[in-house]
Amino acid sequence: MSKTLFEKVWEAHVVDTIEDGPQILYIDKHLIHEVTSPQAFQELEKRNIPVFRPKEIVATADHNTPTVDQHLPVKDELSRKQLAQLSENCKKNNIKLYELGHKYNGIVHVIAPELGITQPGMTIVCGDSHTSTHGAFGSIAFGIGTSQVTQVFASQCLLLTKPKSMRIKVNGTLKNGVLPKDVILYIISELGTNVGTGYFCEYAGEVFENMSMEGRMTVCNMSIEMGARGGMIAPDQTTFEYVKGKKFAPKAKKWKSSLEYWKTLPSDKDAIFDKEFVFDAEDIDPMITFGTNPGMSIKVGQKIPDKKEASFEKSLKYMNFQKGEAMAGKPINYVFIGSCTNSRIEDFRVVARYVKGKQKAKNVTAWLVPGSRQVENQIEKEGLKDIFQMAGFELRQPGCSACLAMNDDKIPEDEYCVSTSNRNFEGRQGQGSRTILASPLVAAAAAIEGRIVDITKQLN
Amino acid sequence: MEKFITLNTRAIPLNIENVDTDQIIPARFLKSTSREGFGENLFRDWRYEKDGAEQSDFILNNKHYSGSVLIAGDNFGCGSSREHAAWALSDYGFKAIVSSFFADIFKGNALNNGLLPVQVSPDFLKTIMKLISEKPATLVRVNLDSQTISIENSKLKESFEIDTYKKTCMINGYDDIEFLLSKKDKIEHFENQRELLHVNG
Repeated sequence: MSKTLFEKVWEAHVVDTIEDGPQILYIDKHLIHEVTSPQAFQELEKRNIPVFRPKEIVATADHNTPTVDQHLPVKDELSRKQLAQLSENCKKNNIKLYELGHKYNGIVHVIAPELGITQPGMTIVCGDSHTSTHGAFGSIAFGIGTSQVTQVFASQCLLLTKPKSMRIKVNGTLKNGVLPKDVILYIISELGTNVGTGYFCEYAGEVFENMSMEGRMTVCNMSIEMGARGGMIAPDQTTFEYVKGKKFAPKAKKWKSSLEYWKTLPSDKDAIFDKEFVFDAEDIDPMITFGTNPGMSIKVGQKIPDKKEASFEKSLKYMNFQKGEAMAGKPINYVFIGSCTNSRIEDFRVVARYVKGKQKAKNVTAWLVPGSRQVENQIEKEGLKDIFQMAGFELRQPGCSACLAMNDDKIPEDEYCVSTSNRNFEGRQGQGSRTILASPLVAAAAAIEGRIVDITKQLN
Repeated sequence: MEKFITLNTRAIPLNIENVDTDQIIPARFLKSTSREGFGENLFRDWRYEKDGAEQSDFILNNKHYSGSVLIAGDNFGCGSSREHAAWALSDYGFKAIVSSFFADIFKGNALNNGLLPVQVSPDFLKTIMKLISEKPATLVRVNLDSQTISIENSKLKESFEIDTYKKTCMINGYDDIEFLLSKKDKIEHFENQRELLHVNG
């Protein structure tokens, strides 16, 4: 029978099926960080249960870490304690930790792919909803709660009901200046923030086939913003080339057999999906959000639509925007380029190319936060750091930073921040802050002008 | 996990759609390493002014409304996977959340903490939201055994879906860990088989 990519990977991991209930799914890699793991370790201790497969767990410190002076002790007491707790838990349980200062430290969804921990055909979980990122490699990857973190610690398995499958195809070629972030923002604006609830989503079509791994990660990362637990893209030559030679990638004979297996994973031609959507690349422009969920976005040159729903009006009130207004031209004081969505080297190259020889607007605070130490080093190696400095941008140290403002990187009340992150929820970047989601290119342009720019005009 | 017993309680109507987990518990309160005490900061930025004063127009601060059932607008719990959201709702005293749609991860987290997500039709939600907003003393009955939610002194009643396995867990107060541990042999067998196949690793 024909199978989808998702079904192939899922079925390869089913340990057992409970009659009239969920299935036991085996988890290959478990990624953990300081915020959603401490209570899980505590629960294990309370019940006197050992960690079952510590070698399959990888830990990093990313959510609450500072992005300046990382060589100094963390100032915030609660953050420091949480980080110390992670170190202690990892040490006690023989878990590999890339702690603050380690050469491989960084955002969990940036470091696992760049170290070759993420591979096609795997099941990967993490106590973080953006775990969907790893689906870019053709793996089943999804966010879990802390109770489930405990379950994976205890048994390397989860009890799950198999999600339904959907496919989103985007055919054609993207226009100049339209980035992967625009593609996913466009999809969510068209389909809504809960179209994917209960589903795993496969992205297919020429647009994704021609996309880099970094771009695919950006797209899969935001699957959760349309409600889908995970997103997936069939592994292909681009995937294999990215994984090959990475620190934890299979080597020699093992590489050959892995490759052989990975090549069998793409969905069969006549595989059936529970639902399917098709879009045309020609219809996608650089996007920008105007509201308080990632589905509320428009083409950057468009005007805010007129809707009468209470939740829509509540959103606009929070943002202090009016229906019918153009987004282009709106003044902004903050720009944040980073997060597990857009903090990979390719994102910084886009920014550097645009800002080279330009100066940021005086009123703008522009933060660039690399996803990992490796990305940070690469930025320096490629000479991008100098470009950013000349343009007046502040290159900070890696971490989740202002995406969720758990550390000191907060946007002040009532201020607008054009952000390359994934969520524009009320107060997400700091109490009372207002987030405008966009691609690294649109964000860079906003930093230069001090207002939102209809980049399409510059591109044409 | 606590056993879920039939509720017969007043309810609090939170007539807001797309309540995300950042609103349920903002990220700055996630630095605790224990499960306790999150109720204090439930809906923090809607409940309190910046200076800590209560926002008088927020429903949890309205003395007319009380009870252990939260009636919430469509698409409740979207966003982050933080289980702290479920802990905060439980810690505050909620035993069940009623909505016409729940986000996946939140739903799972709630079930793993004895907090029952009750998914009803949009029409039913609209009706009870209005009714309870107007008559705060209305009693809501949530019966997990019969999978029904009903309103006292009315014909309003609807059934809701729940996975049979999860229902058994909720009623008996079981969690998944013990169950998974009881399957260790099968899990190890699975690992050995895969080792032979040379798949992944």
